[in-house]
Amino acid sequence: MDDGDVLPLVVVNEPATPSLRLADGDLPAASARDGTGDRADAATPALEITGVVKRFGTVTAVNGIGLTMRRGHLLALLGPNGAGKTTTVEVCEGHARPDAGTVRVLGRDPQTERAALRSRIGVMPQGGGAFPGVRAEEMLRLVASCARHPLDVPWLLDTLGLRECRRTPFKRLSGGQQQRLSLACAIVGRPELVFLDEPTAGMDPQARLLVWDLLSALRADGVSILLTTHMMEEAETLADHVVIVDAGRVIADGSPRTLTATDPNVGHIRFRAKAGLDTGLLTAALPEDYLVRELTPGTYRVDGHVDPQVVSTVTAWCAQQGVLAEHLHVGGRDLEEVFLELTGRELRS
Amino acid sequence: MSTTGPSAGNPASRFAPGTFVPAPGPGSRIRMLLAHARVETLLTLRHGEQLLLTVLIPIALLVALSLLDVLPGVDGAVAGSGGTGARVHEVAPGILALAVMSSAFTGQAIALGFDRKYGVLKRLAATALPRWLLVCGRMVAALVVVLIQVSLVTLVALALGWRPELAGVLPATGLLVAGTAAFGALGVLLGGALRADIVLALANIVWFVLLLAGGILLTPSAFPPGIAHAVTLVPSGALAEGLRAALMDGATAWTSLAVLMVWAVTAAAAASRTTRLT
Repeated sequence: MDDGDVLPLVVVNEPATPSLRLADGDLPAASARDGTGDRADAATPALEITGVVKRFGTVTAVNGIGLTMRRGHLLALLGPNGAGKTTTVEVCEGHARPDAGTVRVLGRDPQTERAALRSRIGVMPQGGGAFPGVRAEEMLRLVASCARHPLDVPWLLDTLGLRECRRTPFKRLSGGQQQRLSLACAIVGRPELVFLDEPTAGMDPQARLLVWDLLSALRADGVSILLTTHMMEEAETLADHVVIVDAGRVIADGSPRTLTATDPNVGHIRFRAKAGLDTGLLTAALPEDYLVRELTPGTYRVDGHVDPQVVSTVTAWCAQQGVLAEHLHVGGRDLEEVFLELTGRELRS
Repeated sequence: MSTTGPSAGNPASRFAPGTFVPAPGPGSRIRMLLAHARVETLLTLRHGEQLLLTVLIPIALLVALSLLDVLPGVDGAVAGSGGTGARVHEVAPGILALAVMSSAFTGQAIALGFDRKYGVLKRLAATALPRWLLVCGRMVAALVVVLIQVSLVTLVALALGWRPELAGVLPATGLLVAGTAAFGALGVLLGGALRADIVLALANIVWFVLLLAGGILLTPSAFPPGIAHAVTLVPSGALAEGLRAALMDGATAWTSLAVLMVWAVTAAAAASRTTRLT
């Protein structure tokens, strides 16, 4: 990839080196947060993988991914469908054996030290993960019984809005309810580290906000969280650290801030007005290199360096057209732009 | 632009600080075992098709074969007392074997195939539940279900006039446990290796073949000599013959017990290599 000029961020084509990855240099969290882990490994990263390769037959799902997640951090693994997110998570969980590379979860090898790790991690797999006929409460109680100090099951059901359907068989729960039950199963054992594979997929906006609140609370209490998502907003809102993967490789790695707020020449103005205005006049009024588009009928976007003069030009043009610019929004780069620039805009199969 | 970083200690959060402070660790093994066995048992008992297979069909066959003179080799007149009471004497042990085969093998294999398909094993493998406890939980559940089946079949048979040899109750119990282990291990071997829909088809076919030709409905003596010997070596034949020896004659069929143990150990060893979580 050759976008060094437009994307002055950590772009990694080869497996990243640790110095590139720890972009926003706090000290390793070796605090009360790690109160329950063995002291010896409290300073080790929650997760450290290097050069991981995983093939399925002739398909290489993961092709040299490396990443480090610090204790108590939330890392969002972002990427298009088929990028290798789920396989990476399964390798970390110990479900899949990597063909190459090293994996350390809480300082341990998930293949050879699985038994020691299992009770310390919580897992929310993608879809399913329960007996079709099991009732929501039975499933959560079963998983809770596997933990020494589980969270209170009725409280957790209540919190996740599952009290009404606690006696409903899993197969009759809605997609969002199944997701919430699966999330409850992942955290009920008070784990140190949780792996969440697309935790908010299929949830309505209220449920998503609830889950975001829950994840923030987990993180604030010192739980390390790895989540996969396609949702930029999710990564941007929650993550300490974002790793963008595509075609089995890490293509960018850093905090949301380092990934987005880098180039002062990149910004945008977005607003709503009457559909079908002549954007040619606005393009002519702006300096060169500004891109003016009508994204959807009535939604306009100007891309380029945004300063007061540019905003004034835009509003003057609106006045000239006799329209009021509504929802005028001035923004920098967001993760979505970073993501699209890195992974391409064409639809993937 | 919205927040660029996480909002640690968000004052608007509905969760009090400290709610999720990690406190990991495995639960007690006995609690895990009981919780798992309980769920597995409940799921079997709640499942309509499973009940049809494991309870209704055996009882229907028991009643029909005891009341109607349809099976060759089961002849009321030979037993002396004549009629239903004599036929149930010969039919009931085979039906007990059928009940064990239905739940421990066919039901188990199908349930396992679909549990794998729906990611249940992967989910449980991600908890502190060790693999061996997962197997033990299923075994305990299988034994509980067999206990319920045997009780129901026995009650119906007694009502039809069955009077089993009391001296055979202890060896019969041993055979039922060994049979559950052998069929259970075979069920796991089948259900743990293939796709759920293939498991469904195969488990039912095997059930039907063993019912007809595996020494359950027809005693080995109904087959030509060479085949008769082979029939006593399949798990269904060994279990049914052993139960007939115990409950009709009060004898302990050590050979049958040994055959079942060999099946159990061999199938369990194979299953531990071939069973996949998904």
